[in-house]
Amino acid sequence: MAEKVLMKGNEVLAEAALRAGCRFFFGYPITPQTELAAYMSKRMPKVGGTYLQAESEIAAINMVYGASAAGARVMTSSSSPGISLKGEGISYMAGADLPGVIVNVQRGGPGLGGIQPSQSDYWQATRATGHGDFQLMVFAPSTVQEMADCAFLAFEKADEYRMPVMILADGMLGQMMEPVVLPEPKADLPDKPWATTGHQGKREHNIVNSLYLQAADLERLNNERFERYEKIKQTEQRAELFMTDDADIVIVAFGASARIARSAVVSARENGIKAGLIRPITLWPFPTDAIEGVIPHAKALLSVEMNMGQMVDDVRLVSAGRVPVEFFGHAGGIIPTPAEVLAQIEKLNGKAGA
Amino acid sequence: MATEEKVIFERPHALLPVITNYCPGCPHGIVHRLVAESIDELGVEGKTVGVAPVGCSVTATDFFGCDMIEAAHGRAPAVATAVKRVHPDNVVFAYQGDGDLASIGMAETIHAATRGENITVIFINNAIYGMTGGQMAPTSLPHQVTQTSPYGRDVSTAGYPIRVSELLSSLDGVAYIERVTVDSPKNVRKAKKAIKKAFQNQIDGVGYSLIEVVSTCPTNWGLTPQDAFTWMRENMLPYYPLGVYRDVIADGFESVAAAAAQRAKDCPIAAGEGR
Repeated sequence: MAEKVLMKGNEVLAEAALRAGCRFFFGYPITPQTELAAYMSKRMPKVGGTYLQAESEIAAINMVYGASAAGARVMTSSSSPGISLKGEGISYMAGADLPGVIVNVQRGGPGLGGIQPSQSDYWQATRATGHGDFQLMVFAPSTVQEMADCAFLAFEKADEYRMPVMILADGMLGQMMEPVVLPEPKADLPDKPWATTGHQGKREHNIVNSLYLQAADLERLNNERFERYEKIKQTEQRAELFMTDDADIVIVAFGASARIARSAVVSARENGIKAGLIRPITLWPFPTDAIEGVIPHAKALLSVEMNMGQMVDDVRLVSAGRVPVEFFGHAGGIIPTPAEVLAQIEKLNGKAGA
Repeated sequence: MATEEKVIFERPHALLPVITNYCPGCPHGIVHRLVAESIDELGVEGKTVGVAPVGCSVTATDFFGCDMIEAAHGRAPAVATAVKRVHPDNVVFAYQGDGDLASIGMAETIHAATRGENITVIFINNAIYGMTGGQMAPTSLPHQVTQTSPYGRDVSTAGYPIRVSELLSSLDGVAYIERVTVDSPKNVRKAKKAIKKAFQNQIDGVGYSLIEVVSTCPTNWGLTPQDAFTWMRENMLPYYPLGVYRDVIADGFESVAAAAAQRAKDCPIAAGEGR
């Protein structure tokens, strides 16, 4: 059994990436992901890897594009405003079917926003990170342990499906310290026969490209990509269920807000209210199956988020009017309190019982 | 008498036998050939990775026989940087136009150069955005009429053209910069020598090399190919003089690191004192 160590969330993302075989990191300074890049700058030279501080977020993501095209496991990290700048490169990665891991340690927005924790990039991560028809796989860790697990898994899934994968954390998870068991270093990395590594006179030339000037070609590639997305939706949904079996009031919450929601659920149960929590671990694919599972007995669903109400859209799409769906949240970097969430549960329970 | 066949001219192996999409009279074909000849002569096609830009040469991925990557607009230096970092023994080149390299991609250009990335950049300067139909470029000349400077480039509002070779030659990471053109057999030969040297520098680990090719756009300039070369000689070459703008080898250094150390010799921390 591996040893437990006490580490900061941002540093755990970096260490887990190294253990997943990531040897190339391209970043640009931004709060509150700072420790991740600093950790990489310290460790990469010691493990024969490359840490490069790019001239911009745009350059950084395009370096990710290049390193991925060259066949490497590669990561970049940023926070909300920086992710907006990376949107271009992420779209190109999707269009060229390139794997890569992008970390967003979210802060409040829009614009320069603030530097306090937020979940206000849910729409950006799951709907439109960049232009064009594409999806990212999006992992939403809720503990420092899960930061490690998700970072490791993100590289596996990125290579498996040849697509960019995002880890959607926030400033609270990035800055907090918790005990963590780090993953065992990955020994064998997958072959990438499509990579532009130089043909050595042994094969046709490889091309990494997202330009298709013939409409029929471009549509065919979009269709193929969406067939892959459909498979991912069927096989890669991840969620944690907490006290949902008999729950009347089911909270849906991810990341940092799920930690608060969990406390509120425990308090509600102590007060005799049958509350439960569905905690999406993948935001795309959204865990529709888990939510579908509570629809038959739930009297109300409550999406708790650190934004103005974004994931609630996806919860409503699953419910499709069968069960009322409410939202509670704070924006700007304010973290909801367990007491506030409990009050919402009690209110919904009152309505449902009436 | 037995006839003996001797091949005196053929398509370079690194240039694929495909029809390009370039307009008649466009110098891209000449420059592609010079790049491919250099790759052939240096025997590096199998370990070469090219990065194409956004612009007329966006489809160059289909024309070169080496592995190729299509980059986003202006981002080729960032992409090339990473490819080279992953495979330092590969030969990596970026092929870019003036809008791509000097406008939307200027940050990537300057920073790849100042980092001394050991890559080769081929820069085609024809003073116009060709693929999108002839808009004003960062290198369009004062008073030059384009689709988006219909009364001529007014420097009081549009500013002055960027002279890329001059600008980059001040950076410590730069090993070699030469401005060439391909309007005559003599100049084509000089351009070939420069391009091959820019690849050789990379193989030798000297540092960042860029060859600026002053070029034409007969289609969007509205001139015949020969008249376009005449206009280029009369107007562009006085503004963008041909020649070597930086060559650390000719200056007696083995690499950009040696040249930079010499320039900063009076700066204790840069010289590494007390480390």
